[in-house]
Amino acid sequence: MLLCDFLRHELHAFAVHVGCEHGVCGACTILIEGRAVRSCTQYAAQADGADIVTAEGLAPPGTLNEVQRAFMKHHALQCGFCTPGILCSVAHFLRQTPEPDERRVREMLSGHICRCTGYTSIVTAILEAAAMMRKGS
Amino acid sequence: MPDGIETISKRWIGAAVGRKEDEALLTGQARFIDDLYPIPGLCFAAILRSPHAHVRIRRIDVERAHQLPGVRQVITGKDVLELIGPLPSVVKAPLPYYPIAIDKARYVGEPIAVVVADTRYNAEDACELIDTEYEVLPPVTDLRSATERDAPVIHEAVGSNVISRRSFSYGNPEGAFAAADRVFEFSYSLPRYASTPIETFGVIAQFERAPDRYTVWSNFQGPFVVQPLMANALRVPGHRLRLITPPSSGGSFGIKQAVLSYIVLLAAVSRKAGVPIKWIEDRAEHLTAASASSDRLGTVAAAFTKDGELTGLRFRNTANMGAYVRPPEPASLYRMHAASNGCYRVKNISIDNELVVTNSTPVGLNRGYGGPQFYFALERIMEIAARGLDIDPAELRRRNFVPTGAFPYKAPAGAVFDAGDYEAALSELLRIAGYEELKERRAAARRAGRAFGIGLAAGVEPSGSNMAYVSLEQTPQERRRADRKSGANASAVVAVDPSGQVTVRLCSCPNGQGHATVAAQIVADTLGLHPDDIHVVTEMDTLTSPWSIASGNYSNRFAAIVVEAVAKCAEQVAQKIRLLAAAALDATADEIELHEGYARVRGQSNRGLPFRKAASRAHWDPAGLPDAIGPGLHECAIISPPVLDPPDDEDRIASAVTFGFVIDLAAVEIDRNTGAIRIDKYASVHDVGTQLNPKIVEGQVHGGFAHGLGAALFEELAYDDQGNFLTGTFADYLCPTAVEVPQIEIGHVETPSPANALGAKGMGDGSSMLTPAAITNAVADALGRDDISLPLNLQRVWAFANGHDATTKSRPAISSIRPAGRAVGEMLTGSGKITLFAPVQEVWRRLLDPSELAASIPGCSSLTQDEIDRYSARVTIGIGAIRGTYHAQIELRDKNEGSSLRLLGKAIGPLGFGSGSGLVTLQPETGDRTRLEYSYEAEVGGKLAAVGQRMLGSVMRYLIGQFFRSLERRMRPAARLDWRSWWLRFRRHGSGGEA
Ligand code: FES
Ligand code: FES
Repeated sequence: MLLCDFLRHELHAFAVHVGCEHGVCGACTILIEGRAVRSCTQYAAQADGADIVTAEGLAPPGTLNEVQRAFMKHHALQCGFCTPGILCSVAHFLRQTPEPDERRVREMLSGHICRCTGYTSIVTAILEAAAMMRKGS
Repeated sequence: MPDGIETISKRWIGAAVGRKEDEALLTGQARFIDDLYPIPGLCFAAILRSPHAHVRIRRIDVERAHQLPGVRQVITGKDVLELIGPLPSVVKAPLPYYPIAIDKARYVGEPIAVVVADTRYNAEDACELIDTEYEVLPPVTDLRSATERDAPVIHEAVGSNVISRRSFSYGNPEGAFAAADRVFEFSYSLPRYASTPIETFGVIAQFERAPDRYTVWSNFQGPFVVQPLMANALRVPGHRLRLITPPSSGGSFGIKQAVLSYIVLLAAVSRKAGVPIKWIEDRAEHLTAASASSDRLGTVAAAFTKDGELTGLRFRNTANMGAYVRPPEPASLYRMHAASNGCYRVKNISIDNELVVTNSTPVGLNRGYGGPQFYFALERIMEIAARGLDIDPAELRRRNFVPTGAFPYKAPAGAVFDAGDYEAALSELLRIAGYEELKERRAAARRAGRAFGIGLAAGVEPSGSNMAYVSLEQTPQERRRADRKSGANASAVVAVDPSGQVTVRLCSCPNGQGHATVAAQIVADTLGLHPDDIHVVTEMDTLTSPWSIASGNYSNRFAAIVVEAVAKCAEQVAQKIRLLAAAALDATADEIELHEGYARVRGQSNRGLPFRKAASRAHWDPAGLPDAIGPGLHECAIISPPVLDPPDDEDRIASAVTFGFVIDLAAVEIDRNTGAIRIDKYASVHDVGTQLNPKIVEGQVHGGFAHGLGAALFEELAYDDQGNFLTGTFADYLCPTAVEVPQIEIGHVETPSPANALGAKGMGDGSSMLTPAAITNAVADALGRDDISLPLNLQRVWAFANGHDATTKSRPAISSIRPAGRAVGEMLTGSGKITLFAPVQEVWRRLLDPSELAASIPGCSSLTQDEIDRYSARVTIGIGAIRGTYHAQIELRDKNEGSSLRLLGKAIGPLGFGSGSGLVTLQPETGDRTRLEYSYEAEVGGKLAAVGQRMLGSVMRYLIGQFFRSLERRMRPAARLDWRSWWLRFRRHGSGGEA
């Protein structure tokens, strides 16, 4: 069983979205041991014992993290289907690249397809979230 | 305008309010169709689809599939025929459309059978065990060859692939062209593409008895005008087909209209199988067989006076419907019809429409629906004319705009443009784009030998469609015989519960456009509350929602019509609250104002009561209410814009309620060496009337642009000339990503629409209609040639930039390219040699031994000899995650004892089909060894061609190599594994080429 199917239909982690099942759209991205991984490209058994975070777990229940807040502020989501995957990638990315520029953000985002937003608002949101996180830490 | 609405204090309307939808989406709490398990006992469906473009179905044998554990039922088209009829359209030609193939399949991906099983995995596995036998018929996939005299006919009963023709004339086009100083003409073809929402289709269908009824959950988006058609097809009265939409839907852009076929199919399958069923489309299915924009061939001509007045337009449109006409098609050809003058005041227009069927997926709604095709014609010819007349393209447009004082403007084909100031929008565009400076930069670039171009495109954005416009496909006489159609009902419910909480219910099926947020803004303003206090329900349920045929999310109808229903309904509630408060406060209703959560006597801040208290009286104390006030607080409003009359006998129709305006400018530079297009500047100015929520408007503008950009530069649902579909993954069908979408400049002009109380115009299609034309105009300007076709990928632009023909004809099938045809052919032809550690006679014997063959063919699970030199085999092959079991037939021919033989093979499986031939020659070598040389050529089709394009060649090489290597291993006694064999292997891996 694919990891994405296992997370969704066995564990009911419905934040894991499936957009292509062939590793291109990025909607199914989750964090495995802190790294952004496409859950449609591996089997559930391969992740046995691993520490997994889905978009449900990016912030404590009832709260939003810095990136989520920035997404809301800049209207970086419309249908929101691509969003949980992008948020997981951003979490990994900003840990590695706390001071990204627009080019780096766009490169990272190019692993995700969003058909609604045209990406500009997502880029703005990520850059702002990065700045806020730097200020905060 | 309804009474009282003028008094809305616009505190929230017009503000960039944050979206109500976001928090659930950001935290993974939003629920989409595949997240729902609304009933116990769900089974899962998978669909076997036609691997061929055009076949007669000879036999479908479901026996083996049925035996797989977990499989409940396998259902074919013939099985459901007793439960469903065809889905009708306004085209009267006899080409019935069923959601599953009955006796013929007419496009790659057409459903052939449905497996119902306990899990999705089981259902998919079982699909592979269905044995099919097809009579392959010659296909026709491109418009040009479909209309040729000797073209294969797709629907025999029609007798031709041209299924309808209609001509229209408004004003005096012949006179205009005869009197013109200059006439410009331009022919073009446009590919098909699709907005590919990231969430695919999903359906949960349940059939229940006593009484017989269907309930279907799906991410259908409307138009609900097809609900009666679906009920009819399922042979139940309308109320026995209950449609429910989930709380969230992952994008649509029109595409999810096409879920309707699967609603009908899975409803019938659920009945047949006796279990509720869930089906979630996968991406390959979506790209192959969901829906598409209509590809077109067209010619447009424009008549001008010498000083640039546009006096006549002539359009000839040939539209591809795909293999069937799926309702509401052929609407794509008529959506822009009533506004065929674009944003210009030209009076004389002729239009010839031709509908054609081909062996391709049926077309349907797609962002801009008919707009990109229409504006590609009109806005390309304006640019071509500008060059011919030597008038600046911006100036030429300005001279021909519908003048600012002329609104409401009645267009020649019947559209009524509600409001606009096109000149102001153009000026704003030129300002934000820095037009004069761009022109200077273009001149400088050209002096330096660089290819720099500027292109414009402008147009109106019809919103809130008249449900009758598609009947233009019929003649006035036919329409007179049919029932009268007009209008576009929109509805809303606003209810206040006993604790004073407000809930709004919509029938607008949003897929990410923020309808809940905007509805809350409107209601908050009307009731003097905060948007956070308003709960908005967007799930639709045809049993409990106040829906009508126009319900749903399409033609930008939310801001054009739905908001009016929301405002009116909220006002009904407000009026009642004012009456309730007046009774309590001993005042008149006129004196009451609703503000900041209170109902107060105007000007007396101490005379008031909380909104909640006033409202709750309607529930808790109906006996105490004055006579004028009915009990309860549950209002519904249904409106239809009065302007939307039926078409008249001259084929004129007010096709939409509001006509926004969009004008775009693209500046590009082209690298002649690579064909790369750099977007130097993109600017876009919109008139959406009053912006209800500027943040949402901005989001729609960016999103529409990205779709237009994708269509201009990357996207094409491609078929080869055998009807094989070639772009079945997101690695083959290229959507723009963040690195390809540039920053754009956005400007606004606001001319409020008189069509609704809020002054809003529909919006959302926006630049998706104009970007393809604007970018093409810029590229044409840069390269100085007009025969530019889309998508403008590197290869095409390089060809255009270097004076080559970039043919737009459909691609030859991989199969039709023989070794001589290099490039593509190389992928599927190959040769190799191998040394076997056995004498020639031994090798020969083994090659002819079925058990040896079975052991050597990769993935072979069974091999039986049918007759001498003929074998049947079952072979499982996987390319990455795509696995399939193939039924293969192998034949040995031209046997030259001990020296050569020819192997012919063909295979068919759920992923497609393939055939090939190989020549094997043997030569003795020293030391009892045999030199085996082989060469082969192969062809493939079906899903394999769609998803495996990039990998086929290497996979083929690998599989054939594996066959001979295992033959080699089997002939080599372990002890004889000597250095030479190691060396051979090493070399093989090192060079990568051999075997
Ligand atoms: S679903 Fe995994 S990348 Fe698209
Ligand atoms: S918000 Fe819809 S796909 Fe990204």
